[in-house]
Amino acid sequence: MVLNNIEELLEKYDNAETSLQEEVQLGAYFKSDNVAAHLEHYKPMFQYFSQSQKEQYTKDVPLNTKKTTRLYQWISVAAVTVLMLGIAIPNWSSSPKTLAAYTPEEQQMYLETKQALAMLSNTFNDGASSYSNLGLVSKNFNDGLEKASHITEFSEITNNLLKN
Amino acid sequence: MKQADFVSLVVPFKDKVFRLAKRLLVSREEAEDATQEILLKLWKHKEKIGQYNNVEAFSMTMTKNFCLDRLKSKQAQNLKIVHSNYTDNNSSLQQQLEARDSMDWVSKIMEDLPEQQKIIVQLRDIEHYDFTEIAKMLDMNETAIRVSLSRARKTIREKLNNIHSYGIK
Repeated sequence: MVLNNIEELLEKYDNAETSLQEEVQLGAYFKSDNVAAHLEHYKPMFQYFSQSQKEQYTKDVPLNTKKTTRLYQWISVAAVTVLMLGIAIPNWSSSPKTLAAYTPEEQQMYLETKQALAMLSNTFNDGASSYSNLGLVSKNFNDGLEKASHITEFSEITNNLLKN
Repeated sequence: MKQADFVSLVVPFKDKVFRLAKRLLVSREEAEDATQEILLKLWKHKEKIGQYNNVEAFSMTMTKNFCLDRLKSKQAQNLKIVHSNYTDNNSSLQQQLEARDSMDWVSKIMEDLPEQQKIIVQLRDIEHYDFTEIAKMLDMNETAIRVSLSRARKTIREKLNNIHSYGIK
């Protein structure tokens, strides 16, 4: 290709007046090995352009996301129904709630167990009151300790006196 | 519209979308995310896709707007600057290194260009779009595009020239 021609094209190129075909011509010229020395600095530019044209988007196009969201919707619906059933079912089979609704035998048993538990709690209370004696003893101990501290104070004072 | 139809519609220009996104956002990961976002948006509105007379131009405009938004948002303040590895078929290692080095220079110079010029150079010199198409994508008139492109080309050339003759003049 004639060098004059290329220079003309470059002039046009710099003014952004070249057509696409002319730009392809320029690209081809700078791709070849015999580029004129004074035009050498254009070379990396065209090389870069053609090189970066080859870059590709390699990731997959993720279009399948819709299906999973639909599945999630159904899972949440199922979870809500299970929850509501769990709340509703225990209330259906409502059992008798007052003492009068039970049979006399059951009432008898209930009273007996009540009595037995009351006795048990009585003996427990006895044990607890004897513990309170222990509390008294510990109180006396504390009093004794307080008095002993008075003695140490006294001895300190005597020591001071002796030093003086 | 079935998934296969959509994919075949998108395949011809998804790389272009990616490259434009990468030109603007610099980092590869960011660009991939942006491309994914654009494709998902297109897929969501697949019923309306028939009404657009040029899906490719439409998605390029979308990409441009999306990336500019990303750049403005705070999320993008910590964008990484990553360069891809250029594969070269040159024979000698010296030549390879030199070529890669100077191409790195070009990409650095392009990073310094204003966004508008970046987009225009990307669309014209790398994707080889027609001026009328670019005008439609960017919603600008052709003369403004020519002016901006000419400025960008001159800046790149000048800076390359400076680097090339560094230490000589």
